[in-house]
Amino acid sequence: MSRISNDQVKHVANLARLAISEEEVERFTKQLDAIITFAEQLNELDTENVKPTYHVLDMKNVLREDIPQKGLPREEVLKNAPAHQEGQIKVPSILGE
Amino acid sequence: MRVVSLFDYKVTDLHELLHKKELTVTDLVDESYKRIAQVEDKVQAFLTLDEERARQTAKSQDEKLGAGQPTGLLFGMPIGVKDNIVTKGLRTTCASKILENFDPIYDATVVQKLQQSETVTIGKVNMDEFAMGSSNENSHYQKTRNPWNLERVPGGSSGGSAASVAAGEVLFSLGSDTGGSIRMPASYCGVVGMKPTYGRVSRFGLVAFASSLDQIGPITRTVEDNAYLLQAISGLDPMDSTSANVDVPNFAASLTGDIKGLKIAVPKEYLGEGVTEAVRKSVMDALKVLEGLGAVWEEVSLPHSKYALATYYLLSSSEASANLSRFDGVRYGYRTNDAESLIELYKKTRAEGFGDEVKRRIMLGTFALSSGYYDAYYKKAQQVRTLIKNDFENIFEKYDVIVGPTTPTPAFKIGEKMDDPLTMYINDILTIPVNLAGVPGISVPCGFEAGLPLGLQIIGKHFDEATIYRVAHAYEQATDFHKLKPEL
Repeated sequence: MSRISNDQVKHVANLARLAISEEEVERFTKQLDAIITFAEQLNELDTENVKPTYHVLDMKNVLREDIPQKGLPREEVLKNAPAHQEGQIKVPSILGE
Repeated sequence: MRVVSLFDYKVTDLHELLHKKELTVTDLVDESYKRIAQVEDKVQAFLTLDEERARQTAKSQDEKLGAGQPTGLLFGMPIGVKDNIVTKGLRTTCASKILENFDPIYDATVVQKLQQSETVTIGKVNMDEFAMGSSNENSHYQKTRNPWNLERVPGGSSGGSAASVAAGEVLFSLGSDTGGSIRMPASYCGVVGMKPTYGRVSRFGLVAFASSLDQIGPITRTVEDNAYLLQAISGLDPMDSTSANVDVPNFAASLTGDIKGLKIAVPKEYLGEGVTEAVRKSVMDALKVLEGLGAVWEEVSLPHSKYALATYYLLSSSEASANLSRFDGVRYGYRTNDAESLIELYKKTRAEGFGDEVKRRIMLGTFALSSGYYDAYYKKAQQVRTLIKNDFENIFEKYDVIVGPTTPTPAFKIGEKMDDPLTMYINDILTIPVNLAGVPGISVPCGFEAGLPLGLQIIGKHFDEATIYRVAHAYEQATDFHKLKPEL
């Protein structure tokens, strides 16, 4: 039984903001299904009372003084922007017609 | 050993030669670029060279030497830096199309530390795209080759880092290790690679793949040089809140050669199915050497090892899917030419900018984090991670280090495993548990199979790199594998 369907792959690609061709849908569905099937071996383990490990060191809430510092210079930041205008990064229109 | 390259010398020897005026930094930098000109068309380790700046640095450093100024140990030493570590004014691509023209506007903390140590950056080295891969075949730009056999992969993801050192193109290099990406290529290329404890080295300026697993570390020809390079890059960094507030000991001071009474654990899971006979024998031989030096070893069990691979792919891909959402074609990097709306701009930019393996992992991670699947996959994997971490803690209550192979086999052929992601993932099966537990691990040369190097993995307790170095060094001094070099 396959665990992942073509529609799920399309849904996930949309969530991940990846344009995806029909050929890729087929291929990724097969490959992700194999990987997920493999990952389901974890279900052999009873983890009901096991705490999850998010971080291996016993650290939390690393705090520092809140001292304002200068940001990066605008010209520097814009240097890598694919498009900019009047000191602002430019993107296609986000409002409908 | 016949010295044919300046990089056959150790850091301490080169340092002495510089100060005796028998050598200049320019000589060292020349050695790098001369060797690169000779062998780079075969090895293809470098994505970007920084020759002009390196030569200027060499010149000003030679003036300093000429004036008799004291210098640090790493002064003038030529280094290669993995291309996922940002370098101000020096293109940093992560071997991805999406960052093909990315010109960082700041230096990673480790790069600032290298500058304070006055090493000379020769260039940026190849890797699997965004450090996802075990062969460097996932680089958008080129396939780095194993200097021991050009038809074989150098390993990955820090393949360029390991190959450039093995080929004598640089004295040493920096790599990064999320599931074995330093140790595995070090093993395949016959050099020494250390993944430090999670939190030992700042990740500020390391382009994030899986933030709870990533660590930067050194790749060198000898254990001693490795200890010096790790010393230079370690320590708490206010720019990385996951860097640890833990003292950095003098690693070189632990290289005493004395391992009498040291207790070694050898997990039976690390010598099981999939491990070649030659690999198994090289580890058994190494254990005899260590025994001869006064250490004792016993077989133990890390019972959750077999679950590490699945745990790793769920967790690292989940973290990657979040980390790589920043590449959207807006602020930096590649942008599609063909988008009418912002959503379309994101989708096409990412589809055109990322390679297959990166897309696969982003999708796997997005799936594992998506509504309805989070508990079954992501949280489950975090819980199994706890069990894997506990396995290590149990062993380290009774033993000083864990020893086993770094990889189940020597380097495989280019193209051999590209069609099936799962077979490719198997190469990391012995290195991944170390990242999940956050403990440090090293790979040192320990033999050959069919002319290809094998690596011995030595794993230690959290923040106990010193003991790992002590064992690795004692072993290295008792063997000759590290003195052998590939014919190129």
